[in-house]
Amino acid sequence: MATKKFLYVNRTAPHGSIYAQESLEVVLIAAAFEQDVSLAFIDDGVYQLMQNQDTSGIGSKNFSPTYKALGDYDVSKIYVEQESLELRGLGKDDLMPLTYEDEDDDWAEKDSIHVVSSKELAEIIDQQDVILNF
Amino acid sequence: MTIEAGGKTYETDEEGYLVNLSDWNDELANEMAKADGAVLDENHWEVINFLREYYEEYQIAPAVRVLTKAVGKKLGKDKGTSKYLYELFPYGPAKQACKYAGLPKPTGCV
Repeated sequence: MATKKFLYVNRTAPHGSIYAQESLEVVLIAAAFEQDVSLAFIDDGVYQLMQNQDTSGIGSKNFSPTYKALGDYDVSKIYVEQESLELRGLGKDDLMPLTYEDEDDDWAEKDSIHVVSSKELAEIIDQQDVILNF
Repeated sequence: MTIEAGGKTYETDEEGYLVNLSDWNDELANEMAKADGAVLDENHWEVINFLREYYEEYQIAPAVRVLTKAVGKKLGKDKGTSKYLYELFPYGPAKQACKYAGLPKPTGCV
């Protein structure tokens, strides 16, 4: 099977709509089919990666622990737009730590989250074969 | 659909996956296996319990490639092969083991 570069762009807050959860689901499917998968989080999408989410008050499933499984699926390119974080008064420390084990470096645990500027993200978007917006 | 175990009736979907995760118990897993003509031994249980823990931590049932890798890491390299897992669960390790573990069908199994 030919491998394509897929970028999933996440723009919405995690629990007010189904977009975030559906995006994560298709990300895992693409990764299970061994595609080259990257994720971008911009605008309110950055809230999807917040630490310590609690959905008990709104009666929906807290799917946020699933982001931590992305490393197991060999998804290690997670880009978060710096401007979107700053606008919301957030920093990388407010996000869940997401890691993967690098096969080419004796399975060393490495950080999957890359905070990038809007300009850098534009270059990343430019390199993709398929872009899906959520 | 429903399945009976220990004198109680539990709701399943059309493929036999448990509807309510919290209904799950050992007896139910054994009944599900019996319906498929299988008997669960300690090697099956090792994988089933591993899947329950994986779901507890990540809120998903892992795809078979991920399961294989994770089992190898947790239970030993000799067990982290698709051959070993398919021998235990001939209908597909992710699908069949997840069913007995009371989890939803794994994401990516279409």
